Amino acid sequence: MKPLPTETPGTGRAGAKPPGEPRRVGYLYVLPALVVYAAFLLWPLLHGAYLSLFHWDGLTVGTWAGLGNYTQAISDPHLRGTFWHAAVLVFFYAVLPCCIAFLLVAVMSRSRPRGLTFFRTVLFLPQVVAMVAVAVAWQWIYSDHGPINGTLRLVGLGGLARGWLGDFTWALPSVGLIGTWAEIGLAMVLFLAGVQKIPRELYEAARVDGAGAVREFFAVTLPGLRRELSVALTLTVIAALRNFDLIYLTTGGGPGDATRVPAYEVYNRTFNTGEVGLACAIGIMIAIIVFAVTAGVGRLVEGRA
Amino acid sequence: MTPMTSRAERTTTYGVLIVFAVIAVFPLLAVASQAFGLPHFSVDAFTGAWRKGHFARYLTNSLIVVTVVVVAASVLSVLAGYALGTMEFKGATVLFYVFLAGLMVPTEAIVVPLYFDLRSVGLDNTLPGLMLPQIAQSVSFGVFWMRAYFRSAPRSLIEASRMDGASSWTTLWRVLLPVGRPAILTMVVLIAMWTWNEFLLALVIMNSNEDLRTAPLGLSIFQGQHQTEYQMLMAAALIVAAPVVLVYVFLQRRFIAGMLSGAIKE
Repeated sequence: MKPLPTETPGTGRAGAKPPGEPRRVGYLYVLPALVVYAAFLLWPLLHGAYLSLFHWDGLTVGTWAGLGNYTQAISDPHLRGTFWHAAVLVFFYAVLPCCIAFLLVAVMSRSRPRGLTFFRTVLFLPQVVAMVAVAVAWQWIYSDHGPINGTLRLVGLGGLARGWLGDFTWALPSVGLIGTWAEIGLAMVLFLAGVQKIPRELYEAARVDGAGAVREFFAVTLPGLRRELSVALTLTVIAALRNFDLIYLTTGGGPGDATRVPAYEVYNRTFNTGEVGLACAIGIMIAIIVFAVTAGVGRLVEGRA
Repeated sequence: MTPMTSRAERTTTYGVLIVFAVIAVFPLLAVASQAFGLPHFSVDAFTGAWRKGHFARYLTNSLIVVTVVVVAASVLSVLAGYALGTMEFKGATVLFYVFLAGLMVPTEAIVVPLYFDLRSVGLDNTLPGLMLPQIAQSVSFGVFWMRAYFRSAPRSLIEASRMDGASSWTTLWRVLLPVGRPAILTMVVLIAMWTWNEFLLALVIMNSNEDLRTAPLGLSIFQGQHQTEYQMLMAAALIVAAPVVLVYVFLQRRFIAGMLSGAIKE
């Protein structure tokens, strides 16, 4: 540790000590938080990375696997399928809500609509409801006698009615649409806030230049909302990858393995098939993807170096 | 711009907002109307679910977990955020990034090793075993959040207090915290919500002790036992979701600001 400047804290005169002066007492303040954080977050993360290098069933002695679990996660068709499912869910959780919300906010007038606080509160509501309760609600909505099938029968399309979450073709998109429902409000709230910050003069200037709605969108709205778009994409892509709750509670990965995702396999491989090392490897892979998304989306969307 | 186009634009704006507001609340309203057995109002489903689902016990467990996690995580976050936001010491920036990295660590990446670690020290199926990992996760957000507050706090306040001969400890509790109530309240409601809604950790850590299940875990078990008794299921879902939704309705601005800040880097 570097020696401290001559004065001891708390005795100097005005101007002599900037508030950010070197203070070793800082370590004491950080210590309690760091201990808990290191023991119950950092250590499990490192321990998980270590366990991912072994074949281990959780009971007997494990054997060294090197990167075997990782290559298995990539080469095994079932596991590769779970990553493909995750990619499909990224479309439903992130791409779809951001595109819809972006276009909607773009067609809204730039004047501040009345009751915006009310709409914000309602649109954001799905974000705060416990996922378990969301899952219970949507299981009923998608069920044989739920409102979706009821509507289809009412309009004479009863032939299309089915148990949506139990259908091999439709289960994954159905789960995905729950994600769309949950994330669209988050994207709208972000874009609504962002569009208020775009100077009105830019729109007026664009109109004076004779820009149509499309050019106005690409010349003013899109550049003005880059930051919000980047935040929205980051949050929603991560939500799509960390969706153990919804999968476990609505489909349990089924039917067959139609809705198995990496987040679900972490649990499944540990507690059902006894492949703990493989489960840890998948968990670490999710963490790496989340890190990459957080670092990458900002650069891609905002053009930051 | 003529008033006509302006009116058309306004109508579009409201139309869009109303349609999506309806989509956002529809599932929740449907749940509520089923639970109350509308149009014949009745609370039988609630009393049934409450009794059969042991929700008195599970809500109490959740309340205990949330209280301890919120208090512990807030105190630790305030202390660490204070040091990282107002003091200069070697490694402060690195320490901050270490905490910040925790925001990006998904529960899925730590839950399996955590399960074996807790089991080896006898903390599985105990309340502390469920609380400590959630305190650690909350601290990661809390340090990020409180550091931002302390950095934005007026330097003159800290300076004046120090000139009065106050120690860093006194400055924190007497000067900075009273001013920082709004920032702390936001942190508290967010940590409370995340802890209340947590499912994966509860599922894995409370794997055999039925008495210590949290409300969301209790609901998922209840769902497994009463697959198609929709009215009672919906009532149970409302019971579990309602506390957070109620707080949210009153403090929505804090929820939204805090949750959207999580992805915003320096």
